[in-house]
Amino acid sequence: MSFFDRMFGNKRSAESAKERLQLVLVHDRTDLTSAELEALKDDLLKAISRHIDIDPEAVQIGLERDGREQRLVADIPLRSVARRRAG
Amino acid sequence: MTAKVVTITSGKGGVGKTTAVANLATALAADGKKVVCIDGDIGLRNLDIVLGLENRIVYDVVDVIEGRCRLRQAMIRDKHFEQLFLIPAAQTRDKNAVSPSDMVRVCDELRPDHDFILIDSPAGIERGFRNSIAAADKVLVVTNPEVSAVRDADRVVGILEAEEKYAPALILNRLNPAMVKSHDMLSAADVLDLLAIQLIGIVPEDESVIVGSNRGAPVALEPKSRAGQAFRNIAKRLQGQEVPFLDLDKQDGLWGRLQRLTGGRK
Repeated sequence: MSFFDRMFGNKRSAESAKERLQLVLVHDRTDLTSAELEALKDDLLKAISRHIDIDPEAVQIGLERDGREQRLVADIPLRSVARRRAG
Repeated sequence: MTAKVVTITSGKGGVGKTTAVANLATALAADGKKVVCIDGDIGLRNLDIVLGLENRIVYDVVDVIEGRCRLRQAMIRDKHFEQLFLIPAAQTRDKNAVSPSDMVRVCDELRPDHDFILIDSPAGIERGFRNSIAAADKVLVVTNPEVSAVRDADRVVGILEAEEKYAPALILNRLNPAMVKSHDMLSAADVLDLLAIQLIGIVPEDESVIVGSNRGAPVALEPKSRAGQAFRNIAKRLQGQEVPFLDLDKQDGLWGRLQRLTGGRK
Protein backbone atom coordinates (compact mmCIF):
# COMPACT_ATOMS: atom_id res chain seq x y z
CA MET A 1 0.00 0.00 0.00
CA SER A 2 1.49 3.28 -1.05
CA PHE A 3 1.80 6.52 0.86
CA PHE A 4 -0.80 8.07 -1.45
CA ASP A 5 -3.34 5.33 -0.83
CA ARG A 6 -3.01 5.97 2.87
CA MET A 7 -3.19 9.76 2.40
CA PHE A 8 -6.43 9.51 0.47
CA GLY A 9 -7.90 6.84 2.68
CA ASN A 10 -8.02 4.11 0.04
CA LYS A 11 -8.94 0.80 1.60
CA ARG A 12 -6.31 -1.91 1.79
CA SER A 13 -7.05 -4.59 -0.75
CA ALA A 14 -7.49 -7.45 1.73
CA GLU A 15 -10.23 -5.47 3.44
CA SER A 16 -12.11 -4.89 0.17
CA ALA A 17 -11.71 -8.57 -0.68
CA LYS A 18 -13.27 -9.60 2.62
CA GLU A 19 -16.15 -7.15 2.44
CA ARG A 20 -16.98 -8.05 -1.14
CA LEU A 21 -16.85 -11.76 -0.35
CA GLN A 22 -19.09 -11.35 2.70
CA LEU A 23 -21.77 -9.83 0.50
CA VAL A 24 -21.47 -12.21 -2.41
CA LEU A 25 -21.40 -15.34 -0.22
CA VAL A 26 -24.67 -14.40 1.47
CA HIS A 27 -26.34 -14.23 -1.94
CA ASP A 28 -24.59 -17.35 -3.28
CA ARG A 29 -25.67 -19.36 -0.25
CA THR A 30 -29.30 -18.31 -0.40
CA ASP A 31 -29.63 -18.36 -4.17
CA LEU A 32 -31.31 -14.98 -3.86
CA THR A 33 -30.38 -12.08 -6.12
CA SER A 34 -30.58 -8.49 -4.89
CA ALA A 35 -33.71 -7.98 -7.04
CA GLU A 36 -35.39 -11.05 -5.55
CA LEU A 37 -34.54 -9.83 -2.08
CA GLU A 38 -36.17 -6.47 -2.88
CA ALA A 39 -39.31 -8.24 -4.10
CA LEU A 40 -39.36 -10.29 -0.90
CA LYS A 41 -39.08 -7.09 1.17
CA ASP A 42 -41.99 -5.50 -0.70
CA ASP A 43 -44.19 -8.56 -0.16
CA LEU A 44 -43.30 -8.68 3.53
CA LEU A 45 -44.08 -5.00 4.00
CA LYS A 46 -47.43 -5.33 2.25
CA ALA A 47 -48.39 -8.31 4.40
CA ILE A 48 -47.38 -6.63 7.64
CA SER A 49 -49.07 -3.34 6.71
CA ARG A 50 -52.38 -5.14 6.39
CA HIS A 51 -52.27 -5.90 10.12
CA ILE A 52 -50.31 -3.15 11.74
CA ASP A 53 -49.24 0.39 11.02
CA ILE A 54 -45.59 0.65 10.06
CA ASP A 55 -43.30 3.23 8.53
CA PRO A 56 -42.00 1.61 5.34
CA GLU A 57 -39.08 4.05 5.21
CA ALA A 58 -37.72 2.92 8.59
CA VAL A 59 -37.84 -0.80 7.82
CA GLN A 60 -34.58 -2.70 7.47
CA ILE A 61 -34.62 -6.19 6.03
CA GLY A 62 -31.48 -8.02 5.05
CA LEU A 63 -29.60 -11.31 5.00
CA GLU A 64 -27.06 -11.94 7.71
CA ARG A 65 -24.48 -14.62 8.17
CA ASP A 66 -23.88 -16.57 11.35
CA GLY A 67 -21.16 -19.14 10.73
CA ARG A 68 -22.53 -21.17 7.81
CA GLU A 69 -26.16 -20.30 8.64
CA GLN A 70 -27.99 -17.55 6.81
CA ARG A 71 -30.66 -15.50 8.46
CA LEU A 72 -33.26 -13.13 7.12
CA VAL A 73 -33.25 -10.33 9.67
CA ALA A 74 -35.97 -7.69 9.77
CA ASP A 75 -36.07 -4.60 11.92
CA ILE A 76 -39.56 -3.11 11.63
CA PRO A 77 -40.31 -0.16 13.90
CA LEU A 78 -44.02 0.18 14.61
CA ARG A 79 -45.77 3.54 14.46
CA SER A 80 -46.83 4.61 17.89
CA VAL A 81 -50.51 3.93 18.51
CA ALA A 82 -50.77 6.82 20.99
CA ARG A 83 -49.45 9.31 18.46
CA ARG A 84 -51.82 8.06 15.80
CA ARG A 85 -54.77 8.47 18.15
CA ALA A 86 -53.68 11.95 19.16
CA GLY A 87 -53.36 12.94 15.51
CA MET B 1 -6.91 -52.59 8.19
CA THR B 2 -9.65 -50.53 6.63
CA ALA B 3 -8.66 -47.48 4.70
CA LYS B 4 -9.98 -43.98 5.26
CA VAL B 5 -11.05 -42.45 1.96
CA VAL B 6 -10.04 -38.79 1.71
CA THR B 7 -11.09 -36.71 -1.30
CA ILE B 8 -9.30 -33.47 -2.14
CA THR B 9 -11.43 -30.95 -4.02
CA SER B 10 -11.73 -27.18 -4.50
CA GLY B 11 -14.38 -25.87 -6.84
CA LYS B 12 -11.95 -23.61 -8.67
CA GLY B 13 -9.16 -25.10 -10.76
CA GLY B 14 -5.48 -24.36 -10.30
CA VAL B 15 -5.48 -23.87 -6.53
CA GLY B 16 -3.20 -26.83 -5.87
CA LYS B 17 -5.40 -29.93 -5.47
CA THR B 18 -3.09 -32.29 -7.33
CA THR B 19 -0.03 -30.91 -5.53
CA ALA B 20 -1.84 -31.42 -2.22
CA VAL B 21 -2.74 -35.02 -3.07
CA ALA B 22 0.82 -35.84 -4.19
CA ASN B 23 2.31 -34.30 -1.06
CA LEU B 24 -0.16 -35.76 1.42
CA ALA B 25 0.19 -39.21 -0.14
CA THR B 26 3.99 -38.91 0.04
CA ALA B 27 3.93 -37.67 3.64
CA LEU B 28 1.53 -40.43 4.74
CA ALA B 29 3.72 -43.04 3.04
CA ALA B 30 6.78 -41.54 4.75
CA ASP B 31 4.97 -42.12 8.06
CA GLY B 32 4.75 -45.80 7.14
CA LYS B 33 1.14 -45.83 5.97
CA LYS B 34 -0.12 -47.89 3.03
CA VAL B 35 -1.56 -45.38 0.61
CA VAL B 36 -3.28 -45.46 -2.78
CA CYS B 37 -4.09 -42.29 -4.65
CA ILE B 38 -6.66 -42.20 -7.42
CA ASP B 39 -6.65 -39.50 -10.07
CA GLY B 40 -10.32 -38.59 -10.46
CA ASP B 41 -9.79 -36.12 -13.26
CA ILE B 42 -10.73 -38.31 -16.24
CA GLY B 43 -9.47 -36.78 -19.48
CA LEU B 44 -7.09 -34.36 -17.73
CA ARG B 45 -4.70 -36.73 -16.02
CA ASN B 46 -2.04 -34.98 -13.92
CA LEU B 47 -1.31 -36.74 -10.66
CA ASP B 48 1.01 -39.14 -12.52
CA ILE B 49 3.34 -36.38 -13.72
CA VAL B 50 3.40 -34.57 -10.38
CA LEU B 51 4.41 -37.84 -8.70
CA GLY B 52 6.96 -38.57 -11.45
CA LEU B 53 5.20 -41.77 -12.56
CA GLU B 54 4.02 -40.72 -16.02
CA ASN B 55 6.21 -43.24 -17.86
CA ARG B 56 4.96 -46.26 -15.96
CA ILE B 57 1.28 -46.20 -16.87
CA VAL B 58 -0.15 -49.27 -18.56
CA TYR B 59 -3.73 -49.40 -17.28
CA ASP B 60 -5.95 -46.73 -15.75
CA VAL B 61 -9.03 -46.49 -13.55
CA VAL B 62 -11.44 -46.80 -16.51
CA ASP B 63 -9.70 -50.04 -17.56
CA VAL B 64 -10.41 -51.35 -14.05
CA ILE B 65 -14.04 -50.24 -14.10
CA GLU B 66 -14.66 -51.69 -17.55
CA GLY B 67 -12.96 -54.96 -16.67
CA ARG B 68 -9.95 -54.80 -19.01
CA CYS B 69 -7.55 -55.39 -16.14
CA ARG B 70 -7.50 -56.33 -12.49
CA LEU B 71 -7.22 -53.58 -9.89
CA ARG B 72 -3.65 -54.62 -9.00
CA GLN B 73 -2.53 -54.17 -12.61
CA ALA B 74 -3.59 -50.51 -12.63
CA MET B 75 -1.76 -49.71 -9.39
CA ILE B 76 1.60 -48.08 -10.09
CA ARG B 77 4.16 -48.30 -7.33
CA ASP B 78 5.80 -45.01 -6.29
CA LYS B 79 9.53 -44.44 -6.84
CA HIS B 80 10.24 -43.45 -3.26
CA PHE B 81 7.88 -45.56 -1.18
CA GLU B 82 7.07 -49.26 -1.51
CA GLN B 83 3.70 -48.74 0.16
CA LEU B 84 2.47 -45.89 -2.04
CA PHE B 85 0.49 -46.52 -5.24
CA LEU B 86 -1.19 -44.45 -7.94
CA ILE B 87 -4.24 -45.43 -9.96
CA PRO B 88 -4.11 -43.01 -12.91
CA ALA B 89 -7.03 -41.36 -14.67
CA ALA B 90 -7.87 -42.33 -18.26
CA GLN B 91 -6.58 -39.69 -20.64
CA THR B 92 -8.60 -40.49 -23.74
CA ARG B 93 -12.02 -40.86 -22.12
CA ASP B 94 -14.39 -38.41 -20.53
CA LYS B 95 -15.85 -38.20 -17.05
CA ASN B 96 -18.98 -40.10 -18.07
CA ALA B 97 -16.92 -43.28 -18.30
CA VAL B 98 -17.09 -43.41 -14.49
CA SER B 99 -20.11 -43.35 -12.16
CA PRO B 100 -20.25 -42.67 -8.40
CA SER B 101 -21.04 -46.35 -7.75
CA ASP B 102 -17.96 -47.39 -9.77
CA MET B 103 -15.80 -45.27 -7.45
CA VAL B 104 -17.44 -46.76 -4.38
CA ARG B 105 -16.76 -50.28 -5.73
CA VAL B 106 -13.09 -49.54 -6.50
CA CYS B 107 -12.57 -47.98 -3.05
CA ASP B 108 -14.31 -50.88 -1.30
CA GLU B 109 -11.94 -53.28 -3.02
CA LEU B 110 -8.92 -51.20 -1.92
CA ARG B 111 -10.04 -50.53 1.66
CA PRO B 112 -9.01 -53.79 3.36
CA ASP B 113 -5.34 -53.58 2.28
CA HIS B 114 -4.59 -49.89 2.83
CA ASP B 115 -4.58 -47.15 5.47
CA PHE B 116 -5.50 -44.24 3.21
CA ILE B 117 -7.11 -43.80 -0.19
CA LEU B 118 -6.64 -40.25 -1.51
CA ILE B 119 -8.81 -39.12 -4.40
CA ASP B 120 -7.80 -36.15 -6.54
CA SER B 121 -11.08 -34.53 -7.61
CA PRO B 122 -11.38 -32.47 -10.79
CA ALA B 123 -12.33 -28.79 -10.49
CA GLY B 124 -16.01 -27.94 -10.75
CA ILE B 125 -19.14 -29.31 -9.09
CA GLU B 126 -20.28 -31.71 -11.80
CA ARG B 127 -19.95 -35.40 -12.62
CA GLY B 128 -16.22 -35.76 -11.94
CA PHE B 129 -16.60 -34.07 -8.56
CA ARG B 130 -19.61 -36.26 -7.73
CA ASN B 131 -17.62 -39.37 -8.65
CA SER B 132 -14.71 -38.24 -6.51
CA ILE B 133 -16.72 -37.63 -3.34
CA ALA B 134 -18.97 -40.71 -3.67
CA ALA B 135 -16.77 -42.95 -1.52
CA ALA B 136 -15.27 -40.24 0.71
CA ASP B 137 -15.11 -40.52 4.49
CA LYS B 138 -13.56 -37.07 4.64
CA VAL B 139 -13.30 -34.23 2.13
CA LEU B 140 -10.51 -31.66 2.14
CA VAL B 141 -11.37 -28.43 0.34
CA VAL B 142 -8.33 -26.59 -1.04
CA THR B 143 -8.48 -22.84 -1.56
CA ASN B 144 -6.12 -19.89 -2.05
CA PRO B 145 -6.51 -16.54 -0.30
CA GLU B 146 -8.11 -15.00 -3.41
CA VAL B 147 -11.70 -13.89 -3.96
CA SER B 148 -12.51 -16.33 -6.78
CA ALA B 149 -11.03 -19.37 -5.04
CA VAL B 150 -12.77 -18.57 -1.73
CA ARG B 151 -16.11 -18.04 -3.44
CA ASP B 152 -15.89 -21.37 -5.28
CA ALA B 153 -14.73 -23.15 -2.11
CA ASP B 154 -17.85 -21.83 -0.37
CA ARG B 155 -20.07 -23.37 -3.06
CA VAL B 156 -18.39 -26.72 -2.63
CA VAL B 157 -18.61 -26.58 1.17
CA GLY B 158 -22.32 -25.75 0.81
CA ILE B 159 -22.89 -28.83 -1.38
CA LEU B 160 -20.91 -31.07 0.99
CA GLU B 161 -22.70 -29.78 4.09
CA ALA B 162 -26.09 -30.28 2.48
CA GLU B 163 -25.27 -34.01 2.30
CA GLU B 164 -24.09 -34.10 5.93
CA LYS B 165 -21.60 -36.95 5.62
CA TYR B 166 -18.25 -35.68 4.43
CA ALA B 167 -16.92 -33.60 7.37
CA PRO B 168 -15.26 -31.01 5.10
CA ALA B 169 -12.02 -29.41 6.30
CA LEU B 170 -10.04 -26.59 4.72
CA ILE B 171 -6.50 -26.45 3.31
CA LEU B 172 -5.51 -22.84 2.74
CA ASN B 173 -2.82 -23.09 0.08
CA ARG B 174 -0.28 -20.53 -1.18
CA LEU B 175 -0.59 -18.05 1.64
CA ASN B 176 1.98 -15.28 1.32
CA PRO B 177 2.76 -14.05 4.85
CA ALA B 178 4.42 -10.82 3.65
CA MET B 179 1.32 -9.85 1.65
CA VAL B 180 -0.94 -10.72 4.59
CA LYS B 181 1.20 -8.51 6.78
CA SER B 182 0.84 -5.57 4.41
CA HIS B 183 -2.94 -6.21 4.27
CA ASP B 184 -2.89 -7.05 0.58
CA MET B 185 -3.92 -10.67 1.02
CA LEU B 186 -6.78 -12.27 2.93
CA SER B 187 -5.40 -13.75 6.16
CA ALA B 188 -6.12 -17.29 7.36
CA ALA B 189 -8.45 -15.75 9.97
CA ASP B 190 -10.34 -13.85 7.23
CA VAL B 191 -10.81 -16.98 5.10
CA LEU B 192 -11.93 -19.04 8.10
CA ASP B 193 -14.38 -16.34 9.13
CA LEU B 194 -15.85 -16.32 5.62
CA LEU B 195 -16.04 -20.07 5.06
CA ALA B 196 -16.75 -21.07 8.68
CA ILE B 197 -15.41 -24.63 8.42
CA GLN B 198 -12.73 -26.60 10.22
CA LEU B 199 -9.13 -25.83 9.24
CA ILE B 200 -6.71 -28.70 8.64
CA GLY B 201 -3.72 -26.82 7.28
CA ILE B 202 -2.17 -23.62 6.00
CA VAL B 203 0.47 -24.02 3.28
CA PRO B 204 2.74 -21.03 2.63
CA GLU B 205 3.57 -19.98 -0.92
CA ASP B 206 6.86 -21.70 -1.66
CA GLU B 207 8.88 -21.86 -4.88
CA SER B 208 10.13 -25.30 -3.97
CA VAL B 209 6.64 -26.67 -4.78
CA ILE B 210 7.20 -25.93 -8.47
CA VAL B 211 10.73 -27.33 -8.34
CA GLY B 212 9.29 -30.50 -6.81
CA SER B 213 6.66 -30.82 -9.55
CA ASN B 214 9.32 -30.21 -12.21
CA ARG B 215 11.27 -33.16 -10.85
CA GLY B 216 8.29 -35.38 -10.07
CA ALA B 217 9.38 -35.38 -6.41
CA PRO B 218 6.81 -33.76 -4.07
CA VAL B 219 8.20 -31.20 -1.58
CA ALA B 220 6.93 -33.28 1.34
CA LEU B 221 10.22 -35.15 0.78
CA GLU B 222 12.26 -31.97 1.37
CA PRO B 223 13.04 -31.58 5.07
CA LYS B 224 13.74 -27.84 4.69
CA SER B 225 10.76 -26.83 2.55
CA ARG B 226 8.17 -24.87 4.51
CA ALA B 227 5.37 -26.01 2.22
CA GLY B 228 6.69 -29.55 2.63
CA GLN B 229 6.53 -29.15 6.41
CA ALA B 230 2.96 -27.83 6.16
CA PHE B 231 1.91 -30.89 4.11
CA ARG B 232 3.66 -33.24 6.53
CA ASN B 233 1.71 -31.60 9.36
CA ILE B 234 -1.60 -32.06 7.51
CA ALA B 235 -0.73 -35.73 6.99
CA LYS B 236 -0.20 -36.07 10.76
CA ARG B 237 -3.56 -34.40 11.44
CA LEU B 238 -5.22 -36.85 9.03
CA GLN B 239 -3.79 -39.61 11.22
CA GLY B 240 -5.51 -38.03 14.20
CA GLN B 241 -2.46 -36.36 15.75
CA GLU B 242 -2.57 -32.84 17.14
CA VAL B 243 0.07 -30.70 15.47
CA PRO B 244 0.32 -26.94 16.05
CA PHE B 245 -0.01 -24.71 12.99
CA LEU B 246 3.24 -23.30 11.51
CA ASP B 247 4.37 -19.86 12.52
CA LEU B 248 4.31 -18.30 9.06
CA ASP B 249 5.74 -14.99 10.20
CA LYS B 250 9.07 -16.64 10.72
CA GLN B 251 10.76 -16.08 7.38
CA ASP B 252 14.07 -17.66 6.64
CA GLY B 253 17.09 -16.06 5.06
CA LEU B 254 18.33 -12.55 4.47
CA TRP B 255 15.36 -11.59 2.30
CA GLY B 256 12.91 -12.47 5.04
CA ARG B 257 14.89 -10.51 7.63
CA LEU B 258 15.15 -7.52 5.27
CA GLN B 259 11.41 -7.64 4.66
CA ARG B 260 10.77 -7.63 8.37
CA LEU B 261 13.17 -4.70 8.90
CA THR B 262 11.51 -2.66 6.18
CA GLY B 263 8.02 -3.54 7.38
CA GLY B 264 7.05 -5.99 4.66
CA ARG B 265 6.78 -5.78 0.92
CA LYS B 266 5.36 -2.49 -0.36
